[in-house]
Amino acid sequence: MSFLHKHQKLEKNSLLLLFWTIIAVLIGGIVEIIPLFRTETVIEPVKGVRPYTPLELAGYNIYLREGCYNCHSQQIRPLRDEVARYGHYSLAAESMYDHPFQWGSKRTGPDLARVGGKYSDDWHVAHLKAPRDVVPESIMPSYSFLLKTGAKIDDLDQHLKTLRLAGVPYSDEMIENAEKDAIAQATGEARMDMAGLVSRYGEKVLARDFDGQPEVISEMDALVAYLQVLGTMVDFKSAEQVEESAP
Amino acid sequence: MTTAEVSEAQSYNYEVVRLFTLATVFWGIVGFAVGLLIALQLAFPDLNFEPYLTFGRLRPVHTSAVIFAFGGNALFATSYFVVQRTCRVRLWNDGLAMFTFWGYQLFIVMAALGYVLGVTQAKEYAEPEWFVDLWLTVVWVAYLLVFLGTIMKRKEPHLYVANWFYLSFIITVAVLHLGNGLSIPVSWTGAKSYTVFSGVQSAMIQWWYGHNAVGFFLTAGFLGMMYYFIPKRAERPVYSYRLSILHFWSLIFIYIWAGPHHLHYTALPDWAQTLGMTFSIMLWMPSWGGMINGIMTLSGAWHKLRQDPVLRFMIISLAFYGMSTFEGPLLSIKSVNSLSHYTDWTIGHVHSGALGWNGFITFGALYYMVPVLWGREKLYSMKLVNIHLWVATIGIVLYIAAMWVSGIMQGLMWRDYNDMGFLEYSFVESVMAMHPFYIIRALGGVLYLAGALIMVYNFYRTIKGDVCEKEYQSGGELKGAVA
Repeated sequence: MSFLHKHQKLEKNSLLLLFWTIIAVLIGGIVEIIPLFRTETVIEPVKGVRPYTPLELAGYNIYLREGCYNCHSQQIRPLRDEVARYGHYSLAAESMYDHPFQWGSKRTGPDLARVGGKYSDDWHVAHLKAPRDVVPESIMPSYSFLLKTGAKIDDLDQHLKTLRLAGVPYSDEMIENAEKDAIAQATGEARMDMAGLVSRYGEKVLARDFDGQPEVISEMDALVAYLQVLGTMVDFKSAEQVEESAP
Repeated sequence: MTTAEVSEAQSYNYEVVRLFTLATVFWGIVGFAVGLLIALQLAFPDLNFEPYLTFGRLRPVHTSAVIFAFGGNALFATSYFVVQRTCRVRLWNDGLAMFTFWGYQLFIVMAALGYVLGVTQAKEYAEPEWFVDLWLTVVWVAYLLVFLGTIMKRKEPHLYVANWFYLSFIITVAVLHLGNGLSIPVSWTGAKSYTVFSGVQSAMIQWWYGHNAVGFFLTAGFLGMMYYFIPKRAERPVYSYRLSILHFWSLIFIYIWAGPHHLHYTALPDWAQTLGMTFSIMLWMPSWGGMINGIMTLSGAWHKLRQDPVLRFMIISLAFYGMSTFEGPLLSIKSVNSLSHYTDWTIGHVHSGALGWNGFITFGALYYMVPVLWGREKLYSMKLVNIHLWVATIGIVLYIAAMWVSGIMQGLMWRDYNDMGFLEYSFVESVMAMHPFYIIRALGGVLYLAGALIMVYNFYRTIKGDVCEKEYQSGGELKGAVA
């Protein structure tokens, strides 16, 4: 009964009990979490993943605000049917700039990890405005107010700055031009500084009037810009070549 | 009771326990009602009202209301009750205890209003923004101080096992909250912040938090209730003291590792997934150890189950606990998880735990505490307790059976191939197939809510001082058994 006898000490000394409780609950977390910060072993190096443009970031924040993650995952598992349904399985690198991750836990609606480019802007706008006009059996809420709500873009530089603190590689230039870049991307008009947007975020960046309302930059513009970039950053064709040429 | 014991009982701080008890009942009704609404929204999408009352914004209101408001207030109420009774002293620092009450209610209101208005960090079960998180931290430190302060001045040399569980719940939730809450506000005057972690790390830390919100908020804390109220109600000592010790240490040590089972087949490294699965399966043992310790407390007093619907609530809660802690390890096995993950099966699993275990042990504890706290000899009606019990049980069975069927069906439809080697079903076909089960689930919710409203009425009459005369004999004994 020596074990019981020793345990009596803890039962009579609350601080000792508290101390050992903390030790007991810390071990598992430390073992599982700390090694993940050796990112070279966790995130595979792939080309193409870049931080969100300011407009896409505004869209990401609308996605969070509306709780889209409650019904949509952004994580394709390496299972035959998922790859057939949604495309290449998700890579760690693809969510490395998501603060926080949007992998989700439930698919009341389909996975969105690679929804970018699958549907037209018009489809997304019509679907978000009144989902059952486009998919009669859908049970998604409608988000028509996004069309009527102006996107808040004047403080995007602050958002970029905050994310840089958290480790996202936004340059000074990106931060300075955050608002201008958002306007350029949401209008796609040649009179804006398109060259600057492309030089900062790459050739593939989509710049156009996403919501069909050229006169305003609405929250719909931002959300559709975000949805259209999802899963499109990694160039899997070039990645395949690398894999095949590997010894 | 001797005169000394009576005067001791009178010196307890029941005022704050009464407030927490009322808050538990109030937020319970709110949480169940919002749950019913969002269940109906899934069956009838026209019940979404943009922009504020959509499923996406209301689902966190439901989860926070039931876990943190209903469950949290129940934990405050019972822990303050139990720590005073088992330490035989008044709660330390009345003012601070009262602060934890109002501070915690403010936290709930700020969090819920935030979700409806779109202020959220978008991390499941940790949605409140940075300023709400900071406020909760202040309240939680006060809670720890009150609880620990009371323990420090106890008159009993031994710390009763229920208090170990409460203490581990309070301190671990603090660790989890601080770890997962780390974020940088965009500006000091704005609500928006960014989590410092991203991608894989944020996923792992979120589910380290998320799973242990289940493990420590909804399990360790509620086991504290189990270890006090079941022996009290059955008037038997805990079945095994040694099993309590084993149960406590193995449960808190193993639980923490189980988080990665929420991330099977994702971009999280395989070794972490395997660790999470292994520990989840191991967790089955301490979970059932605790259940056995609770149920076997009745040995020699089984007949009381026939007479006392309050005790029945507590024992059925353990049966649900045993069931969901068996289902949990099963779902954490990778090959099972490949089918169940992202489906309603998970939702059913959570609710057999939440409605059956957390709900029922709370109802049992409330039925025990209310007459004591308001100085009434007995509850207004035992028959109503019994009706509540069966209405709620049928509600749970409808709920979880519907989710088993819909979840497994969903998972099978997603992976079904036709003869040509193509996917058999489009996604929306799986959505359509869920419709009847979403209606059955909502019906289960109606029953569960109805049962809780019966409890509210029973408490109202009890607190008023009424006694249902026809149920009791002149001596105060129940007439026959309440079957």
